[in-house]
Amino acid sequence: MSNDTYLKKSEEVRRKDLTFWQRLYFPEILKGMTVTIGEMFKPRVTVNYPEERFTPPSSFRGRPVLVHENGTERCVACGLCSRVCPALAIEVQAAETPLDKERFPEKFEINMTRCIFCGFCEEVCPEEAIIMSNEYELAFSSQQESVFGKDKLLKSVEEMKPRLDFLRAHR
Amino acid sequence: MPNVTITIDGQPYQVDGSKTIIEAARAHGISIPHFCWHEKLSPAGNCRICLVEVEKMPKLAIACMTQVTDGMVVNTKNERVINAREAVMEFILINHPLDCPICDEAGECKLQDYAYKYSQGFSRFVEDKVHKPKRVEVGPRVMLDAERCIMCSRCVRFCDEVAGEHQLQFVQRGDRVQLTTFPGKELDNPYSMNVVDICPVGALTNKDFRFRSRVWEMSFTDSVCSGCARGCNIEIGVRNNEILRLTPRKNDDVNSVWMCDHGRVETFKHVNAEDRIKAPKVRKEGTLAPVGWDEAFAKVASELRSFNASQVAVLGSAFATNEDNYLMARFAREVIGTRNIDFARHQHGQDDAVLIRADKTPNAAGAEAAGVKPGDSGLSFDQIIAAVKEGKIKALYCLEDDIAAIPGVREALEKLEFFAVHATNHNATTELADVVFAASAFAEKSGTWTNFRHRVQRIRPAVATLEQDRTMDDFAMSRWDKFAAHNDKWGKGPRRDARPSWKIVAGLAGAMGTKYKFSSADEVFGEMSHKLEPFRSLSYLKVGTKGTPLHTAPVTA
Ligand code: SF4
Ligand code: SF4
Ligand code: SF4
Ligand code: SF4
Ligand code: FES
Repeated sequence: MSNDTYLKKSEEVRRKDLTFWQRLYFPEILKGMTVTIGEMFKPRVTVNYPEERFTPPSSFRGRPVLVHENGTERCVACGLCSRVCPALAIEVQAAETPLDKERFPEKFEINMTRCIFCGFCEEVCPEEAIIMSNEYELAFSSQQESVFGKDKLLKSVEEMKPRLDFLRAHR
Repeated sequence: MPNVTITIDGQPYQVDGSKTIIEAARAHGISIPHFCWHEKLSPAGNCRICLVEVEKMPKLAIACMTQVTDGMVVNTKNERVINAREAVMEFILINHPLDCPICDEAGECKLQDYAYKYSQGFSRFVEDKVHKPKRVEVGPRVMLDAERCIMCSRCVRFCDEVAGEHQLQFVQRGDRVQLTTFPGKELDNPYSMNVVDICPVGALTNKDFRFRSRVWEMSFTDSVCSGCARGCNIEIGVRNNEILRLTPRKNDDVNSVWMCDHGRVETFKHVNAEDRIKAPKVRKEGTLAPVGWDEAFAKVASELRSFNASQVAVLGSAFATNEDNYLMARFAREVIGTRNIDFARHQHGQDDAVLIRADKTPNAAGAEAAGVKPGDSGLSFDQIIAAVKEGKIKALYCLEDDIAAIPGVREALEKLEFFAVHATNHNATTELADVVFAASAFAEKSGTWTNFRHRVQRIRPAVATLEQDRTMDDFAMSRWDKFAAHNDKWGKGPRRDARPSWKIVAGLAGAMGTKYKFSSADEVFGEMSHKLEPFRSLSYLKVGTKGTPLHTAPVTA
């Protein structure tokens, strides 16, 4: 069936389906206006971004971050997040540390133009070291800028408490 | 030994009666799980994971130490065997730490694999695990994590039986058993790092490779070690176009499953090094300046033309491939017209009883077989150097080899009027050269080497040069190599504007008016197989992954 004939047919069907009141047109307009005006007196669900900002609940999957405790990242550079990441966004380079955990990420980079916020990295991490934050504002002026290093990724365990609590509760 | 008939899992098989069940099964492609058994070591029978049911035996038997007998009926996967296996796995895992995330063995660990295949998949153990020393330097090149050890004794047997030095032993008993070195000793034999390969867990790790990469991030390329004339078969592990480790590859005609520590850690660092010759260079006002290939070719062509053929000498190299040497020999004869062609030998120390050869080059036999030897009344290497000293030879062109490091050679080279070399890295020789061609390292090119037993073996490119492309040129690819986009940083290590030596020689010949129409090392080898008796009717296909003897190969040994 060509596109034209298809459109014609559907129009015919529609006209046939309309009731008498609907064909009068005016009552339907009134009905619509009632809904619109009714909503104006209900509480607002939108915010005036960017003057006002939305704080997502702890179940929200914003950009992944690395957790540190008193300046030491939990990450042991096992590379599992990098392996599981379906978008190949993560690059980890391990190195040795005198700490008990033996290894740490000398370099940890997430390419935020690749990340799809799936949360697999968080799920696979054996150290609860990479978790999804509630940050959703991601704008860059270059591709280089979109690669986040440890400087941008590290967040303290205190700051990330809501998400960590959420993960514990829903394990 | 006479053949006997045994039944494994309901199927009858003819097997060698001198073998154990595990060997007989393996010969027929049936694998029975094993930790302590290793095909190149004596059986020890201590891990018990190889338990199988043998009819008429009251208890399960270990397949690695039970010899087959005629009419034997073996079950390797009935319920009784599976239960026993799960119990053994549970027992081994009781004190095994949860170290996989920080363990270099992860991804190629027998215990990990078997835990997945043969264990219950959960732990009933709630008590505290036994703790033992971690990060112990048992030797200069090997690290021990005693907690991860499953006491299979493979490493102990390796030292005793293969390396021939008693350096490792167990102390204590029960769950306190611990691997350690004999008092006053270290694990420092020249083959010590093979214990890293045979350790079924991550208890023994390679210090040089430690934490550098997860194994699943690398690509692996079959190649040959360049450390000596043995030519051990190896795998080159590469990530981001950088070699991170070499491991031995099985070849019973060459190196069994071993390689020496020198070969493993000292023969690849130059490929990644900062002092690589990254592009062709011509000496201008005393210093080597990078130039384009055509400029370098034109310079060498005009210089070489300005001498009499008898004033020019050409050197092949025992570090270059058969193909490189073959084309160099043709170039010397046909383009320059000199008979003064030879190459330098590098003998140091003695052959040992295991693998290491005194000849520290991978291809001395091949260079000669490919035609790099003095023609009638031509000069040999020593004579060439002497003639250079006397001023009779005025120009020298040589393949990659640091000849200036040979005692007495440097002084001679200083007398040359013109000196062109191929080189991968800056060295004493390039310091004296007027033109340096940037040569691909062994891990950047295709070709063949010939070992001391005249076995031709393939080397393959694992690191890409500027002119190569991993996808188009049929490289081994890691996941990152496959999926890297133009703006991804990973998958892109440094590349050099280097070329394989045969190609450089062909380019120079072109600049001097002779066309060598080869587009790959394969084609050069094809011509060799027509023109040179030792290589007659050989091809890369015949050389395969494990090599094949030249027609001049000694029959025995
Ligand atoms: S959220 Fe998903 S896509 Fe983003 S880094 Fe983690 S695993 Fe990769
Ligand atoms: S999975 Fe966790 S511990 Fe492993 S590298 Fe990623 S963040 Fe680090
Ligand atoms: S260190 Fe490795 S090879 Fe040696 S006994 Fe322990 S598990 Fe076996
Ligand atoms: S014995 Fe020779 S070829 Fe073998 S690994 Fe050692 S240096 Fe390399
Ligand atoms: S493989 Fe047989 S007991 Fe270890």
